[in-house]
Amino acid sequence: MPEAVITAESLRKTYKVKGKADFVAVDDLSFEVAPGESFGLLGPNGAGKSTTMKMIGAVSTRTAGSLSILGLDPDQYGPEIRSRLGVVPQQDNLDGELNARENLFIYGRYFGLPAKVCHEKADELLAFAQLEDKAKSRVDALSGGMKRRLTIARGLINDPRILLLDEPTTGLDPQARHVLWDRLFRLKERGTTLVLTTHYMDEAEQLCDRLIVVDKGRIMAEGTPSSLIRQHSSREVLEVRFGSDRNQQVAGTLEGIGDRVEVLPDRILVYTSDGEAALERITALGLSPITSLVRRSSLEDVFLRLTGRSLIE
Amino acid sequence: MKPITQPTLAELTAEAMEWGRKPRRRGSWYVTEHMVRAMRAYGWTIVVGALGQPILYLLGLAVGLAALIAVPIPDGGREVPYLLFVAPALLATAAISVASEEFTYPVMAGFKWRQYFYGFNASALSSGQIANGVVLGAAARMLVTVVAYWAFICIFFEWLYPGAANFATSWISIVIGLVAGLAFGAPLMAYAGALEEDKGQFALVQRFVFMPMFLFSGTFYPLATLPLWLQWIGWISPLWHASELGRVVTYGKTVEPWLLAVHVTYLLVLTVGGVILARRVFTRRLAK
Ligand SMILES: Nc1ncnc2c1ncn2[C@@H]1O[C@H](COP(=O)(O)OP(=O)(O)OP(=O)(O)O)[C@@H](O)[C@H]1O
Ligand SMILES: [Mg+2]
Repeated sequence: MPEAVITAESLRKTYKVKGKADFVAVDDLSFEVAPGESFGLLGPNGAGKSTTMKMIGAVSTRTAGSLSILGLDPDQYGPEIRSRLGVVPQQDNLDGELNARENLFIYGRYFGLPAKVCHEKADELLAFAQLEDKAKSRVDALSGGMKRRLTIARGLINDPRILLLDEPTTGLDPQARHVLWDRLFRLKERGTTLVLTTHYMDEAEQLCDRLIVVDKGRIMAEGTPSSLIRQHSSREVLEVRFGSDRNQQVAGTLEGIGDRVEVLPDRILVYTSDGEAALERITALGLSPITSLVRRSSLEDVFLRLTGRSLIE
Repeated sequence: MKPITQPTLAELTAEAMEWGRKPRRRGSWYVTEHMVRAMRAYGWTIVVGALGQPILYLLGLAVGLAALIAVPIPDGGREVPYLLFVAPALLATAAISVASEEFTYPVMAGFKWRQYFYGFNASALSSGQIANGVVLGAAARMLVTVVAYWAFICIFFEWLYPGAANFATSWISIVIGLVAGLAFGAPLMAYAGALEEDKGQFALVQRFVFMPMFLFSGTFYPLATLPLWLQWIGWISPLWHASELGRVVTYGKTVEPWLLAVHVTYLLVLTVGGVILARRVFTRRLAK
């Protein structure tokens, strides 16, 4: 087992709130990320994912706990750590008054890269972001998804060892998302460590070797996507709909069918090892769902289970 | 089946230390480069302001007010034409006026509107360097303004009062102008950096700090002309201290050595104190 490139122990972050006790955004997180690993942080809104990412990114200072990135403490070695990180923040912070190419070029300068290298990189990354024809456009004039692509491209300007991606694909069209996934796989092949947050469970299953589920600043579960599904969900899920006004009422009568029943606003989920059998038992009760669907358990089910909320808002 | 061999942690640490060296040393200049580049968006206002303002003021005062006030102004043991009296103060005012723009809106933009400070801060740059870069970028613009002003002053005096101004030392007013802008701007930058929202505070600064300072700092008449209960505005105003120094180097006004020391010290204390405070504000805010 190689030494971890990120080690967090009892990491904690509180924010001052006027006239109230400090707000705890990250409570007690301990985790390690191995070199070349792709590590995911999942959790509902406000769970503390971005706050954690900012601490890993060596910008936000921790309130307590210990943190080591690339073997260095961010409190003392912020610039050194950041010089080898690529950061894609949740909120784009490009300079809207500069054009797309200038944004890339000048970002390379912050790492002390020679102007010639910055020019080459800027062109290469514009191609990666498929923004060659927008190279001279002011960033303010780009669409939301284009800005996102540019922010992602910018994060790669210094060939980072660790790439931090905070909801990277939010706002991207399916094609751009697949281009990004492909690029991330390739970076992974080259040994880049990835840390990402996402609200798309398919993305997490695709990209993450290992992930933690965070809620209210604490780790709820940890493991590979498949192990989490095995541990926290049944093999299959039966989804039935009775109409939004009847779901709640019917749910009561479904108790005992399958391992567990979860009521969502628009449908009922029955967790079971055999979905078809569960559906037969429901029809045997004389209930006829408007629609029904049997599928394999996914990470999304793990989420609903662990956080009691749907992840896709 | 990994196609590449991973470097060890020790190698990664060493690499980070190596990569961090250059940004640590030169980061402030990278930010300056960005700030200056960003000014190009309103570059024409900078040029027009830097060239137009001195022409307007000097011409306006020369043909208007100075003609009216034909009597020479007694100042520091000398009698000087009115235009010569106001010119050094106008130069310092121009620098301070640039400072009142460059240390407010771009700071608010960096933290809030465009958030580019957070972009800088995610790279190898530190928050202190970001603050430095803002200061240096603003100083660059002030330099353009002040040099233009000084050049026009030279031209005007050679034309109107040949021999009245001392060009061997008057170039020092360029430095004085810069320091005046920083002495006013650096504390303002700390204030702007601490603001969560722009609720028109900058407009208030213009109206209730900059304007009174402009009017009551011995800009248009010697400060001693004012009643004592108004003179304090001049004493605390970097503009008065800078104007006095400008007069010393422009036409050899004589000032007590202790007062000279006070002028210089006051401007430097405001500058250094303001920068230290601004750096602290930036660091705290970016580390949130
Ligand atoms: N600068 C701040 N000051 C005060 N509270 C903050 C600050 N930043 C974040 N918080 C609070 O900390 C908590 C965690 O926020 P964070 O942004 O880390 O959540 P998140 O998991 O990234 O959520 P999302 O999925 O919505 O992006 C939230 O309750 C948020 O309101
Ligand atoms: Mg977030």
